[in-house]
Amino acid sequence: MPSEFAFPDSAAKAARGEFETEKMSISMGPSHPSTHGVLRLQMELDGEIVTKADPVIGYLHRGDEKIAENMTYNQFVPYTDRLDYLAPLANNMAYAIAVEKLAKLEVPPRCQAIRVITAEMARISAHLLGLGAFGIDVGAWTVFLYSFTEREKLYKLFEELTGARFTTSYTRIGGVARDVPDGWLERVDAFCVQFLPQLEETLSLLTRNKIFLDRTEGIGVISKEDAIAYGLSGPNLRGSGVGLDLRKDKPYSGYEQYEFDVPVGGRGDAFDRYLVRGEEMRQSTRILRQAIAKFPSGKWYAEDARRIVAPPKDKVLTSMEELIQNFMIVTEGPQMPPGEVYFEAENPKGTLGFYVISKGGGVPWRLKIRAPSFCNLSILPKVCVGAMVSDVVSILGSLDFVMGECDR
Amino acid sequence: MSPSPDAVAALKGGWAGVTDRASLDHPALNVPASDLIAVLRELKARHAFDMLADVSGVDWGVGAKPRFTVVYHLYSTTDHGYFRVAVDCADDAAPEVPSATGLWPAADWHEREAYDMFGIRFSGHPDLRRILMWDGYPHFPLRKDFPLAGIETALPDAEVVAETKTNAIAAPMAGGPFVAEPGQINMTEAEPRAKDESWSERRPKPGA
Repeated sequence: MPSEFAFPDSAAKAARGEFETEKMSISMGPSHPSTHGVLRLQMELDGEIVTKADPVIGYLHRGDEKIAENMTYNQFVPYTDRLDYLAPLANNMAYAIAVEKLAKLEVPPRCQAIRVITAEMARISAHLLGLGAFGIDVGAWTVFLYSFTEREKLYKLFEELTGARFTTSYTRIGGVARDVPDGWLERVDAFCVQFLPQLEETLSLLTRNKIFLDRTEGIGVISKEDAIAYGLSGPNLRGSGVGLDLRKDKPYSGYEQYEFDVPVGGRGDAFDRYLVRGEEMRQSTRILRQAIAKFPSGKWYAEDARRIVAPPKDKVLTSMEELIQNFMIVTEGPQMPPGEVYFEAENPKGTLGFYVISKGGGVPWRLKIRAPSFCNLSILPKVCVGAMVSDVVSILGSLDFVMGECDR
Repeated sequence: MSPSPDAVAALKGGWAGVTDRASLDHPALNVPASDLIAVLRELKARHAFDMLADVSGVDWGVGAKPRFTVVYHLYSTTDHGYFRVAVDCADDAAPEVPSATGLWPAADWHEREAYDMFGIRFSGHPDLRRILMWDGYPHFPLRKDFPLAGIETALPDAEVVAETKTNAIAAPMAGGPFVAEPGQINMTEAEPRAKDESWSERRPKPGA
């Protein structure tokens, strides 16, 4: 702030009935509690009203796409954990399916069911975090404590399944890393049973909360047309009343077997996006319980794909052929035909897309990641204009983005 | 489910330069840069591909002809199908294609990213700046001739340093996950924060 800064002579101006106003330029972020990571908003303010907002992104850019071109398909799985790091299991699955489409490989029903279960658990955990963080943004701390208690239970289950709480790296091209442990499905089911009343209690802290309603109703309204034109996806698109859900519209991994509803909003404001996320958690629980009820038997990886899927460890240690197979896949990567595929999966934040170009062999030529948070944030310059600064906090919270995925 | 075969036939009939593109999944077309906007507009208006899902730059390698391609993925919110449109850049030294921002505001950030990563210019884009790298960054990192380990570049903090008088030391390039050479670099030398220590693995702690 320059030292010669002085307040305008407001008394004299007021006497003449005029005010001298000056636009102010402020930078919100990259270290700001409501920007959920390292988003920076370069805003121009007229008093308390935002007249221009320019998101500055890239603070978390790690060059994931460049890294992908320099390693085998399986080696990239841990990097997908770090895209939307609140739902790594869903990213793992989207990436694996994209590469399997390239190889025209079908995974067995048990593998599909495991992936659906993990993806829906990831959805619940991501929405719980989004809910808790949104609550904090608008001044409702309690929700955060409730939702993180539930998230912790999910993380215990993730840890039991994958060995890691956050960086799960669970899928492989053509399968998953290991089968579900004994009794794990029953524990997931038990989680669902106790989760539903907990969820109702958590949501009831916000849904009829006067302060929360004042902060979110009619704030950050995105019209149906804008939502489609800006390429929004996930709860942000559905909150604007567009009933698109790839799990219904282009089912993958056996989603067509499960019954669930796709909630949509009526007005497209921050409150609608909150409601959609709340309902999606209920629907995810429904899917989880169905998937557990008809959990198929069989293998959790595609046994026949001998140039793609590494054989089980006991075979590697006892049989020459499997040893060679394992060696080739580890050193040269799963062998893919040349060609290009684009696959999108319905992730918690929106549709996560992978565009894979292969020239054959075990390393992609190009791997483009279509990150939902990137597309969702691109509407900010439009939706923030005319809002108050405090509304920007609500808008950011309701868009529920992750910078790890936006910046890649 | 998808109107795509008709769309492909209709589009190929309409423009001479439009040809089939080999594809493993969705219908795809190669389109010359001059017809790109007209083809995209036709797909959007007539064939209900109303959502721009993704824009991706591709570098086919130094010396490849053509070297740069831009690939658009469209999605139909009514028919739930995808459509791929690829356009090759004629000039390898200054690749350029027309911008689709007039059709979809979503193209804005996608095109800025393709420019940032590949240096492909989008003519008619209202605000073609870098998006992930900082303004003034001199390289295009996703080009195939850009090394994985990166290139040492002046950081955009000169004025910040001048203003705040901070003595910030940039993290070293060498010693990162892909450039470590065992035996050549010892951790004390690679890690500047450890340099102030008067003792290290090579020099014993005084008095110990």
